[in-house]
Amino acid sequence: MIELNYILIVSAIMMFAGIFGFLTRRSTLAILLSIELMLNSADINFAVFNRMLYGQSGNTEGFFFTLFSIAITAAESAIAIAIMVNIYRLIKDTSVDKLTKMKW
Amino acid sequence: MDSHNIMFIILAVIIACSSLACVLAKSIIRAATYLFFALLGTAGLYFLMGYTFLGSVQVMVYAGGVVVLYVFAILLTRGKKDRLSENTKTKIFTSALLSLVGLGIVLFAIFKQEFLASALDAPNENVLPIKEVGTSMLSTDVNGYLLPFEAVSVLLLACIVAALLIARKR
Repeated sequence: MIELNYILIVSAIMMFAGIFGFLTRRSTLAILLSIELMLNSADINFAVFNRMLYGQSGNTEGFFFTLFSIAITAAESAIAIAIMVNIYRLIKDTSVDKLTKMKW
Repeated sequence: MDSHNIMFIILAVIIACSSLACVLAKSIIRAATYLFFALLGTAGLYFLMGYTFLGSVQVMVYAGGVVVLYVFAILLTRGKKDRLSENTKTKIFTSALLSLVGLGIVLFAIFKQEFLASALDAPNENVLPIKEVGTSMLSTDVNGYLLPFEAVSVLLLACIVAALLIARKR
């Protein structure tokens, strides 16, 4: 029989896959993809703990935390991608090895 | 073995495999595609828990918005391919070791916990009805979330302006 907290195992695998990608990737966009994985696993954890601890009793803090976290993630990735496009215009490469100059 | 248990196993396999494929893929556009499947699997988990509104938000914002944005950015900034093999063997080994040790510690904690573990029951929308979501998002009571709701809308507005300002041609 599957229990509700088995979802935590799935989110742990997702989290550490993201950490591995964050440590090994060279391109900044690929690093951002790994960050999305980590954020998403944290969101799953909020929802699972809310469901596990409160169920149908009407306490919805984890649910709303996940909802606002998704909205903030969308904002964060929009800004990050704008910065990537700008960097690509300036130095024609988005690899972390080439990003040594942080000036105009 | 009920149908929702089988569904959970399918979703778990999809999420685990596509997260790993996302960080191991050679081509970055493939990595974005695998991320898309991982996010859709997450939406499936939310539906399975009974949080239908959260699942739809996940599909619309993440799968429909964020991933499309990433694909556009990847196609706009097409440089050299992102190669994993550029790293030294030591660095890949150290990263894999760190991740596996962390995963081992977290899995040990999960298996040793004594939470109020309840069985995964069939998904129903009465866990959190849409009506309750709507009223508590726009109420100022103890369980109301009007202030964060407005703060997020101001944040999104500021984000639109800032993204235009950063990415404009000059």
